[in-house]
Amino acid sequence: MLRLIAQRLQSWLNLPGETGAVLPALAVMLGAALLAFVFIAFFAGPVTWWERRVAGRVMSRIGPNRVGPQGVLQWLADGLKSFLKEDIVPAAADRPLFLFAPYLFFGGYMATFVVLPFGAHLVATDLSVGLLYLIAISGLVVVGILMAGWGSNNKWALFGGIRSAAQLVSYEIPSAFSLLAVVLATGTLSMQGIVRAQGGWPWEWLLFRNPLLFGMFFVSFAASLAENNRTPFDLPEGESELVAGYHVEYSGMRFLWFMFAEWGNLWVIASLATVGFLGGWQIPGVRPEVIDQSTGWAFAGWQALSFLVFAGKASMLVLFAIQIRWTLPRLRVDQMMIVCWKYLVPLALLGSAGVLVLVALVPEGSPVDWFLRAVSLGLGLWLIIAYVRKARAAYLADREPYRRLEGKDPWYPPYRLP
Amino acid sequence: MVSALPPAVTPGNPGGVRGWVGHIVRTASSILEGLAVTLSWAFRRPYTIQYPDKVEVPVPETLPEAYRGILEVDLRLCTGCLQCEKTCPIQCISISIEKGEDAVRRLTRFDIDISRCMYCGLCSESCAFDALAHSNQFEAARQDISELTLHFVREPVPVARHKAGEAPPRRPRGEILREVLPGLGPVMSPPARDRRAGQGDPSSGEGKP
Repeated sequence: MLRLIAQRLQSWLNLPGETGAVLPALAVMLGAALLAFVFIAFFAGPVTWWERRVAGRVMSRIGPNRVGPQGVLQWLADGLKSFLKEDIVPAAADRPLFLFAPYLFFGGYMATFVVLPFGAHLVATDLSVGLLYLIAISGLVVVGILMAGWGSNNKWALFGGIRSAAQLVSYEIPSAFSLLAVVLATGTLSMQGIVRAQGGWPWEWLLFRNPLLFGMFFVSFAASLAENNRTPFDLPEGESELVAGYHVEYSGMRFLWFMFAEWGNLWVIASLATVGFLGGWQIPGVRPEVIDQSTGWAFAGWQALSFLVFAGKASMLVLFAIQIRWTLPRLRVDQMMIVCWKYLVPLALLGSAGVLVLVALVPEGSPVDWFLRAVSLGLGLWLIIAYVRKARAAYLADREPYRRLEGKDPWYPPYRLP
Repeated sequence: MVSALPPAVTPGNPGGVRGWVGHIVRTASSILEGLAVTLSWAFRRPYTIQYPDKVEVPVPETLPEAYRGILEVDLRLCTGCLQCEKTCPIQCISISIEKGEDAVRRLTRFDIDISRCMYCGLCSESCAFDALAHSNQFEAARQDISELTLHFVREPVPVARHKAGEAPPRRPRGEILREVLPGLGPVMSPPARDRRAGQGDPSSGEGKP
């Protein structure tokens, strides 16, 4: 009986290895299910604390530090507070729309987790049209936002909803075209296929495949920031203009659903960029075939390791997105449209056409291919060096005045906890 | 509406395709510049002071000499003239004096309701003997407001009758207050107080649980 179940499980999950190795396979399955279902809950909460800490340091503050060690439990306190608040539905609101909108909004993000791979086999399902599905399903969010904006019967909410619709529809285009470059370079729409077409080492990533793809990464990242209403494209919320935009009338748990999706969404942005350009879960020096052919606990171990690699890359991008939020001011509505239609769309079109030409003309492994990889790696290194040098210069410029003023050294690295 | 705005051409930008590329380069370089500035702040000391549990020096010690903190009275100097009680615009000082069988006037009550005190300083100005003065203490948050009525007289004390220049020197600021208002100091959440107690810093007192 057990053997039959094991066989069934194995054939169903398409897991490699001997029939007896059910336990590791189950562990992997459970891990994948947990990741797909509850990951967003355990990511969205702490990342709000993390974002506020980063924002604090950028503004020369400390950030939340009272609830739990270094304030890490702040998100629980915030959640509990929201949970206990009254759920107010405005008298003039369109009740069904108003009540349903947060769930549709959240559902739009949650549905992307169907195809987002967390590790070598940690994925709910590997659709052959995964990327297409992801682009399509994230369009569901705009319905939620419009419903919230219209259903609230509030002019600020309506403005927010309309802006968001305009923004999402516009930025879908550069986003899709820059991801088209990825599809052209890898020849597949499947998320796992895209990851497997890359490698563990940076020079095997699509990001450093050629300079055009290097540029496409930034186009894609900017477009997905805009698609997900992150600053500098958070016009639908626009505190200074619209109070809170489409969720201005929401309170309590319903408000929390919006917040949940917004921060959970950071992970979607980051993991999409990781899958598309940063080699996904590929462990440096380990071919994916090794993982496929491993059995038993080794198999489970590889899954865990590949998840760590993936989470590490995605976390760096999350940090980058957070830093962008606290660096750049919000765009005006017309500027937002100009950025999309005059800059990102032509760039994405040119870039994907260029990638098409390069993929067609330059076979993988040829000297020209290696030259292009070297050029884009050099570009990346130059960018990082310039970034660090500029940051150092900004720090050094203020060091002496600070010393004169405060009588102590301003050096206070992030790992030094206040 | 967009067409009503001036064209997005920055000064010195040639326009056309070159201008288009110029805008992109400008945007990219200014974003890099901005990110570098915010990164540099991650390595700078935050200006925030973690009051009250991680201050380098207890805050009362950093206050100026003329700071008007909670009132305290040195009973060895008080002559019982009642000037402070009369001057107080909100009657937060109440003093009673009784003459015993030995014809000595004794202070039986000297209460100051610091929950009502507005720290105007009129009482300490009117005190000719420097008995009533502001301390440098201010951290007296309490759960029960009645605890903020300070009873300076524990048992009746004879009023002071010093000759000029013979009065004992005033005790250090805040010392008397510490006796009548136990648990003076910043109110902290329990874990923070434990942390401080672990570091062995008794200088600024304990918070009230």
